[in-house]
Amino acid sequence: MSKQTAEQATAAGAEEQSSPDVATQPDKVDLATLQRDRDAAKERQKSRLGGLETETLIELYRQMILIRRFEEKAAEVYSAGKIGGFCHLYIGQEAVAVGTLSALRKDDYVITSYREHGHALAKGMTPESVMAELYGKATGCSKGKGGSMHMFDKSLNFLGGHGIVGGQIPLGTGAAFASKYQGTDQVTLCFFGEAAVNQGAFHESLNMAQLWKLPCIYICENNQYGMGTSLERAMSLRDISKKASAYEMASEFVDGMDVLAVREATARAVERARKDYLPTLLEIRTYRFMGHSMSDPGNYRTRAEIEKYQERDPIKLFSASLREEKIADEKLLKEIDAEVRKQVEESVRFAEESPYPAPEELYTDIYANPIDPSARKL
Amino acid sequence: MGEPLAEIDTDKATMEMQALSEGVLRKILVQEGESAPLGQLIAVVGTPDEDISSLLSEAPAKAAPAEKQPEPAAQPASRTPAAAPETNGRQQAPQESSQSGRMIVSPLAARMAAEAGVDLKSLQGSGPGGRIIKRDIEAAMSQSKAAPGGTFPRSVEPLKFQQAQVATASPYRDEPSSEIRRVIARRLVTSLGPVPHFFLTSEIEMDRAAEMRRGINALDPDLKISINDIIIKVVAVALVQHPAVNASFQDKFIRYYEHADIGVAVAIEDGLITPVVRAADQKSLSQIAGEVRELAERAKTRKLKPEEYTGATFSVSNLGMFGIDEFTAIINPPESGILAVGAMTPKPVVRNDEVVVKQMMRVTMSCDHRVIDGATGAKFLQTVKKMLENPLYLVV
Amino acid sequence: MATITIREALNQAIREELARDERVFLMGEEVAAYNGAYKVTKGLLDEFGPKRVIDTPITELGFAGLGVGAAMVGLRPIVEFITFNFSILATDQIVNSAAKMLYMSGGQYNIPIVFRGPGGSAYQVSSQHSQAIESWFAYFPGLKVVMPSTPADAKGLLKSAIRDDDPVIFIEQERMYGNKGEVPDDPDFTIPLGVADIKREGTDVTIVARSLMVPIALKAADKLQEQGVSCEVIDPRTIRPLDIDTIIESVKKTNRVVLAEESHPVCGINAEISAAIMERAMDFLDAPVKRVSGIDVPMPYAKNLEDLVVPDVDRVIAAVREVAYLD
Ligand SMILES: Cc1ncc(C[n+]2csc(CCOP(=O)(O)OP(=O)(O)O)c2C)c(N)n1
Ligand SMILES: [Mg+2]
Repeated sequence: MSKQTAEQATAAGAEEQSSPDVATQPDKVDLATLQRDRDAAKERQKSRLGGLETETLIELYRQMILIRRFEEKAAEVYSAGKIGGFCHLYIGQEAVAVGTLSALRKDDYVITSYREHGHALAKGMTPESVMAELYGKATGCSKGKGGSMHMFDKSLNFLGGHGIVGGQIPLGTGAAFASKYQGTDQVTLCFFGEAAVNQGAFHESLNMAQLWKLPCIYICENNQYGMGTSLERAMSLRDISKKASAYEMASEFVDGMDVLAVREATARAVERARKDYLPTLLEIRTYRFMGHSMSDPGNYRTRAEIEKYQERDPIKLFSASLREEKIADEKLLKEIDAEVRKQVEESVRFAEESPYPAPEELYTDIYANPIDPSARKL
Repeated sequence: MGEPLAEIDTDKATMEMQALSEGVLRKILVQEGESAPLGQLIAVVGTPDEDISSLLSEAPAKAAPAEKQPEPAAQPASRTPAAAPETNGRQQAPQESSQSGRMIVSPLAARMAAEAGVDLKSLQGSGPGGRIIKRDIEAAMSQSKAAPGGTFPRSVEPLKFQQAQVATASPYRDEPSSEIRRVIARRLVTSLGPVPHFFLTSEIEMDRAAEMRRGINALDPDLKISINDIIIKVVAVALVQHPAVNASFQDKFIRYYEHADIGVAVAIEDGLITPVVRAADQKSLSQIAGEVRELAERAKTRKLKPEEYTGATFSVSNLGMFGIDEFTAIINPPESGILAVGAMTPKPVVRNDEVVVKQMMRVTMSCDHRVIDGATGAKFLQTVKKMLENPLYLVV
Repeated sequence: MATITIREALNQAIREELARDERVFLMGEEVAAYNGAYKVTKGLLDEFGPKRVIDTPITELGFAGLGVGAAMVGLRPIVEFITFNFSILATDQIVNSAAKMLYMSGGQYNIPIVFRGPGGSAYQVSSQHSQAIESWFAYFPGLKVVMPSTPADAKGLLKSAIRDDDPVIFIEQERMYGNKGEVPDDPDFTIPLGVADIKREGTDVTIVARSLMVPIALKAADKLQEQGVSCEVIDPRTIRPLDIDTIIESVKKTNRVVLAEESHPVCGINAEISAAIMERAMDFLDAPVKRVSGIDVPMPYAKNLEDLVVPDVDRVIAAVREVAYLD
C-alpha cells in the first residue's frame, strides 16, 4: 500500500468504510453490536501492533493520555474561571493528533483549527507553554496574545490554531507550496473539522493542491458535529473522503478511534507527499466526548450516543490492546498516567505563577517593521 | 431712550426695563400695577404723529387702551414696539456682536485674538454667518499697530487672566483639573449631593477688631464700619493669599480667580440674596462698608441688577445679629466656600495662665471638597483668624 | 532618469525584485501567460519561468491564503488581484490571517506579502468593477496600505513593499496606468513606506490628495494660483501608516485644508484625517476641514453620471475657495 495512485487510495478508503463500523451509522446499533464492533476494532488494532517498537507504542499511549489529562485539567481550571473566552476541548479525538503526528518528521509543518491543544502537545510543545497560553500569561506559547484558539510554535513548525472555520486550509496549502518551491521534502499536515469541508476555502485549496501537486495532507477530523449541527443536517454528500475525487486527489477513510490505523494511513500519505509532492485527503472518523466548547450544553445529542462512542474511547481501546498483547501491564500504564498527571499539575503551577504580559506588549508584534509611533496616534 | 418703562420680575430680582429706542410713549397697553407675560405688547413708543393703528390691532383685545397725552421726548425717532425682552435672571446674556447671541469665531482666530489681546466682541466677522476668521484678526491687529491708542492692546503676551463674563467681575484663569481632583469630586458627590460640603469651625478673639472698628468710626461717625465689613475685608485678603480657596470647581478644570468678589448674604422679606462686593481685597473698609450698605438696601427692595448678585467667588453669611452663636451655611455654587459668622460674645478664656474675658466669635467655613481639602481650608481659616485677631495685618 | 508610464514602472519594480530575491514570486489570475490583465506583468513569465510567475485559477480566497501560508514559512509572495474589486473575496485571508498572524502568534510569524492590483474608479464598468475600498484595509492594524500617484512613486514604493516584512496592500489606480513621469534608473531606488510627499508647496490652503486625486489636485492648484490662491498639495502615498505629521505641519502653516478622495465619504480615509486634524491642529484652523469625496452612490454606468461621481478639478477648486472664504 505504500505507493498508490489516487484511484487506489480512494478504493482503499472505501474498503475500510464498508466494514461494519459504528462510526458510519452511530444510531443504528444496539449494545451487543457495539461490543462486537469494539472487539472487532480491537482485533484490527492488535493486528497493527506488529512491527512497531514497544517504545513507540508506549510513547503513543503517553501522548494520548497527556492530552486527555491536560484537557480534563483545562476544563477544570476553565470552570474555576482561570481561563477566559472560548475553549474547545479535544477529549475523544486524541488518537487523531497523536496518530497523525507520529507519522511525521520533526521539521514537517502542522496547521490546524481552534481545537488545537492536542495537536500542539503532540507536536512537542510543552504543557507549560500551552497551559500558560490558556491562562493568558506572558510565558504562553503566543505570549498570551493568542489564547486557546491561537497557539503557535515556530521552532517546531507548528503553524498555529486558526479561528475562522476553514481559514487554515489555504494557509496549510501555502506552506506546502513553499516546501515545493524551496525544494525541501517537508510535508504539511493541515487539520480541519468536517464542517469546514463546506467552506469554499476547502475546495479552493484542494483544487490548487492537486493542480500544482503540493505536499499537503488534508486531515478532516470528522467528529460528526459542527457545533450543534450534525453532518447529516449540513452536507449533501456525507462521504467526505469521496470529495477528493472531485479534484482527482488521493483519499482515505480512517477509523479515528484507532491510533495505529491513523498512524498508518498518515504514513502512506506522508510518503506520497514527500516523494512525489502529492496531496491526500484523509477523512478520519472520530467523536468529541465534550461539548463543542466549554459553554456548550450539548443538548443536540443524546447521552446514549456519547456513551456508545465512549465504548470505543481511543485510549481505552489502545490500553486494552497493549495489555492484551503484553506490551504493557496495568502497572506501567498507571505509572505513565501518574507521571502525566504530575506534568499537567506542574503546567498549572507554572501558568499560575507566570506573570501576565506587560502592558507594553499591547503594542508589540503588530508589524515586523514597525511604523513610526507618531502615525499610531491617529 | 433709557427711561424706565416697566419692571421685569425675574426669579431673583426686579429689574427695570428701559426704553430701547427714542421717541415718545404713544400708548400704554398694560396699566400700572398690572402685569403681562413675556412677549406681550405693553406699550408703543414712536414719534408723536406716527400711525400706530396697525400695531395696536395686533395687541390682545383685553388690554384696555388708555390714551395718554404724548410726552415730548428728547428727539423724535422711528417707532419701535417695546415688547418685554426675554430676560432670565439666571442667564443674563451680555450684549454680544453676533445676532444669535453666540459669537462665531474660527479656532485659529480665537487663538490669535487671545494671544494678541484683541477683544473679539469689538469685531465684525467677515466669514459665513459672521464668523470671525484669521483675516479679521489680522486687520484688527494692523489697525491697532497703526493707531497705538486704538482699541487693541499691542501686547502679544497672552493674558494671564481672562475677562469674566459678568462685567467688572474678577478675571480668572482656568487650569485643567487633575485626574485625582476629578475622582475626589465624583466620589464625594455621590455621598453628599452635587456639592460635597465639609465644615471647619474656629473661635476667634475679636477684641482688637472691635477696637479697630470703634477707632475708625470715632474718626468719622459717617463711616459706620461694621464688624461684618471687617470680616469681609479680611476674608477677601485671605482669599487672595490662598488662591486654592479662591477657586471654583468646573469639572474639567478648576477656575482660579484673581480677585476676591465677596457675596454678602442679606436676608430679605421672602428669602435671601447675596449682593457681591467686587474685588473686596482691593477696596478700603470704608468703600466696602458703603457698598454693602447700599447693596443691602436695594436688595431689600429687590432692586438689584443680576450682575450685582451673581458671580461672587466666596460668600460671608452673618447671623450674629440674631444671636446665633454658630451655624453652618450652604455653599452657593459655583463658589467654593462660605463663611458662617456667629455672634460676638464675651467669654472667659485662659490667656497667659489667667482667666480673662474676651469677645469671642465662632465662624464655620463650609468648603466644597471637590476643590478644597481639609488642610487647604484650615490654612485659609488660620489666616482669617490671625488677621481678625490682629487687624493690623490689613495695613502691613 | 527615464520617462515611463506607471504600468512600466510597476513592471520594472516587480522584475527587479524577482531578480534580486529568489524568495519573491508572483501569482494571480492571468499574470503569466496572458501577460497580466492590465499588462503590468508583461514579459515576466518569459524572463522568470512558471515557477516564479504563476497563473492561478479564479480562486481569490484560495490563492490569497496560499500566499499567506507561503509567507509564514519563508517566501515573499506578490499576489495580484485582477482588480481590488475581487479582493473582497479574499478579505478573510487578508484581514484574519495576514494582518493578525504576527500578533496572535506572539511575534513568531510575520507575513511578508504584497497584495497588489488596480483599484478605484475605472471607466464605465458600473458598480462592481469601479470602487475604492482602501479604507477597509487601512482600518486594520497589521496591514500597510500604499497608493502611488506617479511612476516614480509606483516603482519606489512597490520595491519597498516587496522588501517589507509585513503584509502590504498596494493599490494602483486603474485609470492611471498610462500616466507618464520620470523615474530614476538606479535599481536600488526605493521610497520608504509611511512618508508623505509634498507634491506642490503653497501657503494658503493645504490639499491632501492620493492616487487619482493627486493630478486633479495639482491641476486645481495651478488654476487657483492664477486666482491668487497658493495651494500646498500633499500626497500621503501610504495611508497606513499615515504620515499625519506632514499633514499637520502643513495645516499649521496654511490654516485651511481640503481633503480630496475618490472613495465614498462615509468612514473613509478623509474622515480619519479630518478627525486627526481636529485632534492635533484644531487651534490652527481658520475654516472647517472640507472633504471632496466620491459621491455616496454605487458607481453608475452612464458616462454623464459616472462623471458626476468622481471628483474633478472644479469640485476641488470650489472647496478651496470655500475654505479660503473667497466666495
Ligand atoms: C467562518 C466561521 N463561521 C462560523 C464560525 C463559528 N464556529 C466555530 S466552530 C464551528 C463549528 C465547526 O465545526 P467543525 O469544522 O466540524 O470543527 P469542530 O468544532 O467539530 O472541531 C462554528 C460554526 C467560525 N469560527 N468561523
Ligand atoms: Mg466537527
